[in-house]
Amino acid sequence: MRVLLPVHTSRNTKRVTALLLLASLAACGPATLPPGDQIADRDETRNRAAHEFNLSLDRAVVGPSADSYGNVPQPIRQGVSNFASNLGQPSYVVNNLLQLRLGDAAQNTLRFAINSTLGVVGLFDVATAIGVPAEETDFGETLHVFGFGEGDYVVHPVLGPSTTRDTVGMVVDYVLNPISHFVDAPERYFLTGTRAASGLGSRYQFDGTIDSILYESADSYAQLRSLYLQQRRYELGGPDANYEDPYAAADPAAAAAAVAADPNYDPYLDPYFDPYAQ
Amino acid sequence: MRNNLLTFRRRTFLSTVLAGAALPFLPRPAQALNEAQAQALVQAAVDDVNRVIASGASEANVLREMERIFTTYADVPTIAVSVLGPPARSATQAQLSAFTQAFQNYFAAKYGRRFREFVGGSVQVNSTRAVRSFFEVITTVNMRAEAPFELNWLVSDGSGRPLFFNLIIAGVNLMISERTEIGAMLEARGGSIDALTQHLQTLG
Repeated sequence: MRVLLPVHTSRNTKRVTALLLLASLAACGPATLPPGDQIADRDETRNRAAHEFNLSLDRAVVGPSADSYGNVPQPIRQGVSNFASNLGQPSYVVNNLLQLRLGDAAQNTLRFAINSTLGVVGLFDVATAIGVPAEETDFGETLHVFGFGEGDYVVHPVLGPSTTRDTVGMVVDYVLNPISHFVDAPERYFLTGTRAASGLGSRYQFDGTIDSILYESADSYAQLRSLYLQQRRYELGGPDANYEDPYAAADPAAAAAAVAADPNYDPYLDPYFDPYAQ
Repeated sequence: MRNNLLTFRRRTFLSTVLAGAALPFLPRPAQALNEAQAQALVQAAVDDVNRVIASGASEANVLREMERIFTTYADVPTIAVSVLGPPARSATQAQLSAFTQAFQNYFAAKYGRRFREFVGGSVQVNSTRAVRSFFEVITTVNMRAEAPFELNWLVSDGSGRPLFFNLIIAGVNLMISERTEIGAMLEARGGSIDALTQHLQTLG
């Protein structure tokens, strides 16, 4: 007993330390989101090679598979997509807790409970229908909340566009995902399979848009990079967070002062640049 | 020389600041556009879009209608020049107007096609807020099978009448995307605006 006591205390101390660390990390506040057209891409040559590889993969395998998967009746495709999305919920909850977004954590937990039971192991998305939509998140967002900037733009073979920060997030999510700790092979391969099928479903559903970006753009690499970064920053900013800054600096006197103070200031770089202002 | 520049800049800065401070007290030029008018423009555009995506017309008809909506409610010439960016400054007037015409066809066809994907859904106007000299009208696109998303319209009357000059589609800024696209086309043609215009004509 006497021997056990210090062990107990030290475990408690560790827990308290971890909680304090988490609280102080979360208190740092999220990283500043760069404006929509700001791009850091130091590994452009390597990224372009990965992009070319992904394009050929899409042409040869993913696109055609998605087309055949499109022959599967829509309700079944929806069920597979719901099932795969439901499996993501525990991972969202873990990240919501780390971000100290307890409301989102509760909502995602409730969703997982509803869809796993009433939704027949997640095949039906009952939760969204009754007003409990998914609050999707990942460890990349958790890092953002802790104050880590996005780093460089990165394209991974097969997995596609990401950033330095979100790549770290992806690895941590893979390790942290509660589902993988409770499900062993061969069931785990089945779960991976449903996720892949769900991905094909999205490829099929957004076929027109994806094709137009990948195959009709003048420079599909640059276009995808711009879209990915803008969309990701919007996601991280949540509703209107990233909108505040351009409006705060939107005073014409301030804009004129910016031009006077910085001879390199280029209004064309301002996403909310007012083409009529003189 | 350097000293002169510095003084000059400081003086410009000072006068700018002074002018800024005096702004509220000066008689303002007639502010033609107000929040209600900006929202009314977007409401009219949205009504047209909703009518087209609910009509069940053929693909060709829907596309033609979408192009008409874009050319009616968007200030495409301003979008064209802004998207071309700095190269527009060194272009001749003839080059610019040829580019603008080609861009207009390309733009209307491309975004008409994008908007056609809203078929079966509907767009709903939510609110409007003032930004500098223009307004941002916030709408929601409700799709059949996907989660709804925000579509924001930036509206100004700088052209002489209220028109929208930018769209923010779920956080993706149309002007930024088009600047990337047109920039890539221009670069591939060695920076020749005439070659770019010719290429755009094949896409429209």
